[in-house]
Amino acid sequence: MAKLTQEKLLKMYSQMVLIRQFEARIEGIYGKGAIPGEMHLSIGQEAIAVGVCTNLRADDAATSTHRAHNHLIAKGVDLKKMAAELFGRETGLCKGKGGHMHLFDPSIKFGCGGIVGAGMPLAVGSGLAFKRKGLDSVSVVFFGEGAANQGTFHESLNLAALWKLPVIFVCEDNHYGISVTKEMSTAVKSNADRALSYGIPGISADGNDVVEVYNVAEAAVARARKGEGPSLIELQTYRLKGHFEGDPEVYKPKAEQEEALQHEPIVRLEKILLAEYGVSQEELTEIKEARQVEIEEAIKFAESSPWPKPEEALEDVFVAGGAF
Amino acid sequence: MSRILTFAQAISEGMAQEMERDDRVFLMGEDVGRYGGIFGTDVGLYDKFGPDRVIDTPISESAFIGAGTGAAMEGLRPIVELMFVDFFGVAMDQIFNQMAKNTYMSGGRNSVPMVLRTAIGGGYGDAAQHSQILYSLFAHVPGIKVVVPSTPYDAKGLMISAIRDDNPVMFFEHKLLAGLDWLPFGVKGEVPEESYTVPIGKAEIKRTGKDLTIVTASLMVHRALAAAEKLSSEGIEAEIIDLRSLVPLDKETILTSVAKTHRLLIVDEDYLSYGMSGEIAAVVAEEGLYDLEAPVKRLAVPDVPIPFSHPMEDFVLPNEKKIAAAAKDLLKA
Ligand SMILES: Cc1ncc(C[n+]2csc(CCOP(=O)(O)OP(=O)(O)O)c2C)c(N)n1
Repeated sequence: MAKLTQEKLLKMYSQMVLIRQFEARIEGIYGKGAIPGEMHLSIGQEAIAVGVCTNLRADDAATSTHRAHNHLIAKGVDLKKMAAELFGRETGLCKGKGGHMHLFDPSIKFGCGGIVGAGMPLAVGSGLAFKRKGLDSVSVVFFGEGAANQGTFHESLNLAALWKLPVIFVCEDNHYGISVTKEMSTAVKSNADRALSYGIPGISADGNDVVEVYNVAEAAVARARKGEGPSLIELQTYRLKGHFEGDPEVYKPKAEQEEALQHEPIVRLEKILLAEYGVSQEELTEIKEARQVEIEEAIKFAESSPWPKPEEALEDVFVAGGAF
Repeated sequence: MSRILTFAQAISEGMAQEMERDDRVFLMGEDVGRYGGIFGTDVGLYDKFGPDRVIDTPISESAFIGAGTGAAMEGLRPIVELMFVDFFGVAMDQIFNQMAKNTYMSGGRNSVPMVLRTAIGGGYGDAAQHSQILYSLFAHVPGIKVVVPSTPYDAKGLMISAIRDDNPVMFFEHKLLAGLDWLPFGVKGEVPEESYTVPIGKAEIKRTGKDLTIVTASLMVHRALAAAEKLSSEGIEAEIIDLRSLVPLDKETILTSVAKTHRLLIVDEDYLSYGMSGEIAAVVAEEGLYDLEAPVKRLAVPDVPIPFSHPMEDFVLPNEKKIAAAAKDLLKA
């Protein structure tokens, strides 16, 4: 495998930093009550989003879950509109109707939602559309290892394999579905093994190593673009935060959490950049600071944006148009 | 002896007492074990009864709800927890076509003594896929008893009745009643330590009044009671009926009240159309029309999904102010 260029790696680092720092900021704001509803953070899972999405184009589709900030940012969202949606403002991606768990940006073909396992059939559908339209676009679906026990996972894998659709199933194994560990919920050791039942490639890789993620995703995306069909990728990571903010996490062993912190993806990438690419600490700090400026701008935009009018609640149930 | 419990604690106590009494009873669902239930309703059960009877399931609602039905048909008495009612769609066939119909289709030879518990309701910014009520959907399908408690006392008593019932009972627990730190509102109330039952299918008059009848359920009972206090200070006396069960429906309590007050307001946190509010209106139109002195009034979610942003969420959900305003409108009619 060719070594990634410094430029590419720094770009991925910068995206991972953006995700981490944005979420850290959102965490503080949520804690003060300025954002309603639930809040699921992806802290510690940035390498997967960035490693996969760096292989994608704007015309490729990505579908995600309740824990979607990382994927949305990696896919290239306008951070201001994203922040405004989290704050429930008129200027948000969905005019305040969706919120944190339901972020949609058709301009970059991104969608997510709060029903576990629901994204997979939708991704099969966009893959089907790409194929029927004769495009070489691909469809990526991110989901947790918990979602791999839903019927939709198995039905979607079969359908995508049967119809040879350009779908990449990315299973983000952060070890927990709320309080339930993978060992408690899953009959097989690796979800990648489940690909066997559907006759497609199943790959397991280190999801905290952005280079490894990039490489396995690159192969799966290339396969899909060539019309050779779907792949299932399982990426090992760890949920460094609670399931949602406010989760007392009584079920999580302290030692396990501390161990996981040693392997978190940003620190790991920094080590590689410093040791193998000769990047200086100052350069890394500069990147962090530049991204923080963007984040502050986005938060300011969100906070100063108007609220939707109450009556707007009645709009958008249907779109206008159709055959009459 | 009774003491003050939260709504969530009352549910947990009801389940625990039945599990002690009857070893066929067990609980399964997502995060019911070590976590104690996302809404605190299962706290203590795992420590008391162990992983054999308090079972954390994979995220496979279709399989474990269906497994509840299958186990019930074998004579066990499962309590199955569907974390949010919004997730029912994943398991719709198992609920609507299996759990609900296996008794009837077998000519009554099968029974499904199962409780399917689920959390409902909005008002805290959880948006379209985590804020619904939906009890009317389940009440629509024949073969499911539907229970909707509003107080800790009723929650425990109805839980025990539901577990002892030989039929599938769906048990709807409003999240804002639960009494958790991260959710607003929360109700506490007197709950006897000993085991007791509250009958399924019996409404309760929460407040008597002569000027209008307000029929409602769950969280909206509390909103209606608050509205009634305000109305009372303006000289309007509302009678408030807490349905407590939608199936079977206590028509008699509703009709008797309407015969007294001659005016009916239905308050429902569910969608307006094709739901509970329409059903109650139809019952009164069919069996109590001549008692009415004004058209029936309904206050419910105006047929839109629950929006995330709070100015819009407030706009669609019924509340104390809207209930009071609707009551006054009704009296002018
Ligand atoms: C159909 C459905 N069932 C249950 C839930 C509640 N729930 C939300 S997230 C979650 C855990 C998901 O675990 P996993 O898929 O591993 O993703 P992670 O949270 O670890 O990112 C559960 C059970 C839901 N939202 N939808």
